[in-house]
Amino acid sequence: MNLYLYILAMAVTTYLIRVLPLTLFRKPISSRFLRSFLHYVPYACLSAMTFPAILSSTDSVISGGAALAVAVGLAYRGKSLIVVALSSSAAVLLCQWGISLLG
Amino acid sequence: MRGTEYRAGLSRGLPVGMGYFSVSFGFGTMAVNQGLRALDATLISLTNLTSAGQFAGLTVIVAGATLWEMILTQLIINSRYALMSLALSQRMGQRIGLLPRLLIAFFNTDEIFALAMSRIEPLTLPFMLGLGTLPILGWTLGTLCGALAGSVLPGSIRTALGVMLYGMFVAIVVPEAKREKEILAVVVLALVCSSLFAWVPGLNRISAGLAIVICTVAAAAICAVVFPVAEREEAPV
Repeated sequence: MNLYLYILAMAVTTYLIRVLPLTLFRKPISSRFLRSFLHYVPYACLSAMTFPAILSSTDSVISGGAALAVAVGLAYRGKSLIVVALSSSAAVLLCQWGISLLG
Repeated sequence: MRGTEYRAGLSRGLPVGMGYFSVSFGFGTMAVNQGLRALDATLISLTNLTSAGQFAGLTVIVAGATLWEMILTQLIINSRYALMSLALSQRMGQRIGLLPRLLIAFFNTDEIFALAMSRIEPLTLPFMLGLGTLPILGWTLGTLCGALAGSVLPGSIRTALGVMLYGMFVAIVVPEAKREKEILAVVVLALVCSSLFAWVPGLNRISAGLAIVICTVAAAAICAVVFPVAEREEAPV
């Protein structure tokens, strides 16, 4: 399939979600279920996208697992986005280096 | 007056623009790791301006799934923007007309929405345009830089940078899950669900994009029934 068709479908869908409530449908959502559902969506999808995909995103499960453990540990201590991200990258580098020494 | 408002928006948007640069750097690296060209990755960022949606979209592209799957994935993962646009629409009132709204909708991201809603003064078009400028630039240029870096760096460093985006997702979710047990519940449900789709024979034949959609809907729907949010959650801040 053509890459630009994918990008077009992505961009148009995302834009419609944003533009329709700003222009045509301006009534507040009265359904409590729907409002609760939309509140939880970001956390559900970020979690589902991260795990277990992160484990297979590097050359070995060990370095992927290390990246996850470092990220969760630092995020739990309230470290900033960029610190957490760079530290998990560093964990992958260290693991790969360690594995290559052993191998 | 218009210049002052635009500059006020610019300065409010500066920290978001810088944050976006680093997040999208991770997206750019990941996209070229998965075989996209740098300019194509940049085009995705320029036209979509959303981290989770783009990441899921990348998964769908790499899997070579159908366009319907792409549309469904984006509908579910970006559905929260509908809520934000509704709230923003009410906050803007009658002062901002239809044509400017068509433009503002394009850059109504989580962070820009939060900044707009927290402004005490009335929202004006120049302010909103100022607010959007640096985040759009940061998001697009960050992707380009990440993609170019990903194209020239050695493989081991590229792999390491490829986990940045996951790290940022963790950094967004963990503090919220620590603060609210309802969010912790939705996270655990989603993790169990995505693990099933990855490891259970049969289930793991379902494409990654569709699995994300199913896990998101299931976890969010269960928690919406068990832990409905407070009635006044969406009142303008």
